Amino acid sequence: MTGLGKDLLDLESLSAEQITAILDTAEPLKAISLRAIKKVPTLRGETIVNLFFEASTRTRVSFEFAEKRMSADAVNVAIGNSSVSKGETLVDTARNLEAMKIDMVVIRHQASGAARFLAERIESNVINAGDGTHEHPTQGLLDLLTLRDKWGTLKGKRVCLCGDVLHSRVARSNIHGLRKLGAEVAVCGPRSLLPNGAEEALGVTVFDRIEAAIEWADALNILRLQLERMTSGYIPSLREYNRVFGVTRERLDRAPRDLLILHPGPMNRGVEIDSDVADGPHSLILDQVTNGVAVRMAVLYLLRGGRPDLAAAGTAAGE
Amino acid sequence: MTRPLLLTGGHLLDPSIGLDGIGDLLLMDGMVAAVGGNIAGPDDAERIDCGGEYVTPGFIDVHCHLREPGREDVETIATGARAAAAGGFTAVCAMPNTDPVTDNQAAVGFIRAQAAKANASRVYPIGSISVGMNGAQLSEMGEMVAAGAVAVSDDGRPVVSAQLMRTALEYARTFGIPVADHCEEPTLAHGGAMNEGVISARLGLKGIPSESEEIMVIRDILLARRTGGRVHLCHMSTWGSVELIRWGKERGIPVTAEVCPHHLTLTEDRVGQYDTNAKMNPPLRTQKDVDALVAALKDGTIDCVATDHAPHHNDEKNREFSDAPNGIVGLETALSVLMTWLVAPGVISLSQLVDKMSCAPARVFGLPGGTLRRGAIADVTVLNPTASWTVKGADFKSKGRNSPWLGSTLSGRVSQCIVAGRQVHTRTIAS
Repeated sequence: MTGLGKDLLDLESLSAEQITAILDTAEPLKAISLRAIKKVPTLRGETIVNLFFEASTRTRVSFEFAEKRMSADAVNVAIGNSSVSKGETLVDTARNLEAMKIDMVVIRHQASGAARFLAERIESNVINAGDGTHEHPTQGLLDLLTLRDKWGTLKGKRVCLCGDVLHSRVARSNIHGLRKLGAEVAVCGPRSLLPNGAEEALGVTVFDRIEAAIEWADALNILRLQLERMTSGYIPSLREYNRVFGVTRERLDRAPRDLLILHPGPMNRGVEIDSDVADGPHSLILDQVTNGVAVRMAVLYLLRGGRPDLAAAGTAAGE
Repeated sequence: MTRPLLLTGGHLLDPSIGLDGIGDLLLMDGMVAAVGGNIAGPDDAERIDCGGEYVTPGFIDVHCHLREPGREDVETIATGARAAAAGGFTAVCAMPNTDPVTDNQAAVGFIRAQAAKANASRVYPIGSISVGMNGAQLSEMGEMVAAGAVAVSDDGRPVVSAQLMRTALEYARTFGIPVADHCEEPTLAHGGAMNEGVISARLGLKGIPSESEEIMVIRDILLARRTGGRVHLCHMSTWGSVELIRWGKERGIPVTAEVCPHHLTLTEDRVGQYDTNAKMNPPLRTQKDVDALVAALKDGTIDCVATDHAPHHNDEKNREFSDAPNGIVGLETALSVLMTWLVAPGVISLSQLVDKMSCAPARVFGLPGGTLRRGAIADVTVLNPTASWTVKGADFKSKGRNSPWLGSTLSGRVSQCIVAGRQVHTRTIAS
């Protein structure tokens, strides 16, 4: 089963074949963004609403570029928490948008499960652009694509997610996607920022020491540390966090092999990652951003009924 | 004047007096007039053929939320009392977390007046422990008891202050009523939406650890030991709580406990993909917890079943999981759920279930009923053990539709609910 069905809500419920199909579809679509005229007519006439209940720059812009480069008509709706005080429910908001005859909703929402909630109640395709602390599937996919580009395959590779796994939707999507494609996955961070029983719940190895994680891994995906984790009592200080868990040049220099470095952004330089790592020769952070557009184009294309094997043909038609 | 009621040919089942066999039951003047054997009965008696059915003392729910005053859109005392009757509960205890809170004698009187008008099952008010349930100042328990309150509780909220809990136990002891506590350590449970465990980690929902309940369970047991006040622990959900209660009872500490049908039958898996009808507080836990709770109910560590019936408006449940309110309706499904999950597979006997739903709650809260002994109040439940039915929200007498069992087929159903010798609910069950 390589079709995606109506929605993209998480990577947990996708098969390895479905994930591979998305990555394979994304590969040829990368070329579109390298052209002088960065546009193909694939989704001409389709209307997409980017429904963002949480602030986002990178993800929203990435989706918007993907939509525009596929010639879809995209509308951005940024809804602050004020909508809650206005009293309109998520389902009413969505139904109103749908009454304007749209084809797809890209939703970012602070509640875990919000994308699925919406998908079950409207006919349009729904793409989860991050739901609470649950999943962020397109981020997971673009991380997979970035690593696959470097390695050719993820099978047998070792990836460690570092930092605030407890609150990270990026971590959950990465863990499910990596495991399905045959990688070994670990997490490393203070236990107060890891899910209790992460080994059983998520099928990962847990490292308490960043040095041990670095010795083990082929790649590190360094999660953003939300600065409010300190004031809400999960960690004592950002300074100590950097001293104990920060990914620094010195620590990487002691690794038995060169590690690939990913970060979903936005980075706190000097907290979870040092600048000379972020900007170093093995950093894939900007490749991730580039690949994000291609992966999102692939998801849009597949959800609107596109065939994976014709994705390249579709781009050719645009020339 | 109500006509005498003669229930004939039913299987009388009442563990309080060791009754377990075919026989008649005569109810007159609101009392049990005769029980067992062939009863001729007075000429004007209305006869009800109970062949093939069980006749038991009326069920008593020591924990439900009837929402009036304040949220009459989701339940009223009248609809709640009718839902109780439909579920075989001849009496229910209404928790005080209404708006305004039941924290004074006038509020207690209002509930009694509304219940009398509803003319269905009995409704016993539970007063609050603290004024406005704000956890600071004791409510006027003496006056509330005089007005008809049968217990005190701040249910829905834990009693955070150990000192307030201590004085509540001491003060309530003066009036011979139990203090029912919602055990939840608020800083641990804060923001939690489901059981903390494997599923919450996957779904990205903040978990409520078992310890948030257990810390308060042991605190309350220790305070009961110190004060001699009777503590009743609401809706127990963890195996750890069971061990702590067992520890307390072994030492003769005056502690009793209840467990809800959903915690006896469902696990956190039921949350599935964010189903808000599986969201309640305390949350559904794990199979290990379910097994321990069932065993504890069987061996008496947990005294009784209570529903924690908590109706909510569909609009409030039909939203993001983390923002949806806690609670499910339970009055109309409790018996059938437990017959289906516990009695049918032989985990407990029907007689044990009747004890846990009728005799024990009467004992724990010191209420009339819970027995068919001659001279007892004529509160009786008749149930059909083989009736099979599918749960449909539209069939509920409750205004609430928030049940995790919607669409489930259950076996065993209440066919008659009799309060003070008068039929308040009758259901014809096709055979």
